[in-house]
Amino acid sequence: MYAGFLASAASSGTDLANASAWAVFLVGAAMILTGAFGVILLRNPVHCALMLVITLFGIALEFIDQSADFLAAVQIIVYAGAIVILFLFVIMFLGVDRREAAGPEATKFQKPIALILGAVSLVEILILSQVDHWVSGAPSVAGRLDGPGENVQKLGQSIYTRYLLPFEMTAALLVIAVVAAVVLSRRQQPGASELRAADKEKLVVGPGGAE
Amino acid sequence: MTVPGAWYLVLAAVLFGLGATGLLIRRNVLVMFMCVELMLNAVNLTFVTFARLLDDVGGQVSVLFVLVVAAAEVVVGLAIIVAMFRRRAAATADDIHVLRG
Repeated sequence: MYAGFLASAASSGTDLANASAWAVFLVGAAMILTGAFGVILLRNPVHCALMLVITLFGIALEFIDQSADFLAAVQIIVYAGAIVILFLFVIMFLGVDRREAAGPEATKFQKPIALILGAVSLVEILILSQVDHWVSGAPSVAGRLDGPGENVQKLGQSIYTRYLLPFEMTAALLVIAVVAAVVLSRRQQPGASELRAADKEKLVVGPGGAE
Repeated sequence: MTVPGAWYLVLAAVLFGLGATGLLIRRNVLVMFMCVELMLNAVNLTFVTFARLLDDVGGQVSVLFVLVVAAAEVVVGLAIIVAMFRRRAAATADDIHVLRG
């Protein structure tokens, strides 16, 4: 397919563009698969998180290859910059990296069954994709992606007009998530009026001590 | 449009399958979480590919929303894991099969 593409390319300019697009795609794919296998196979959770970073950078490369520039930047900022850092923080905060449990499996057949199920799901997806038309449906429903204008401009116009309500809902969702995180990770302290069991025992009034 | 979209879709399917397999294999809750992130990224790649193939900006907007939801999900999920570790030092999913505190 690659050779055919190169042969059909008219000028050397498109030739070079094709070759560079393929190069970016292949490098990104290699990064994605390496990182994914690393996340699955490595035993130390810290190494898994770092492998996840490699996968996320590969995804960003594929975004750039498909001229989704803004999303590539957001991908690196949000995922590699925030989410993975949060993962690493929690891993080191809890000290899970030192304490990789090698205990007995709860169910003996968990790993073989999991492997079989994963392979079956992958094969199913690939079989489902073996149709003639990869894409069906009306093009450019929410607005054109090609054409004049910057990628960021089109995204912004779409978000603030057509997708305004979902955008507002994500804002509410983020506020709820922050409140939930604070509530969940707060240490439970007894209220001012509550007495602990030890304090209650001290308060037992002896005979004659009561008024 | 140089690289055919089918290549991206196959790559995304493979990544999704790897994430699902990892979610089933691993027992550490944090690593299971990372595998969920892998699957989310596979879907994001599919969204961007379809946005390019259909010449539709809606796909890229969807990726933005998926990013926001993934961030919120990670925040709440990690808070749950931290709260869980406070009660008992358990890192595997088998130790937390009971939902009460």
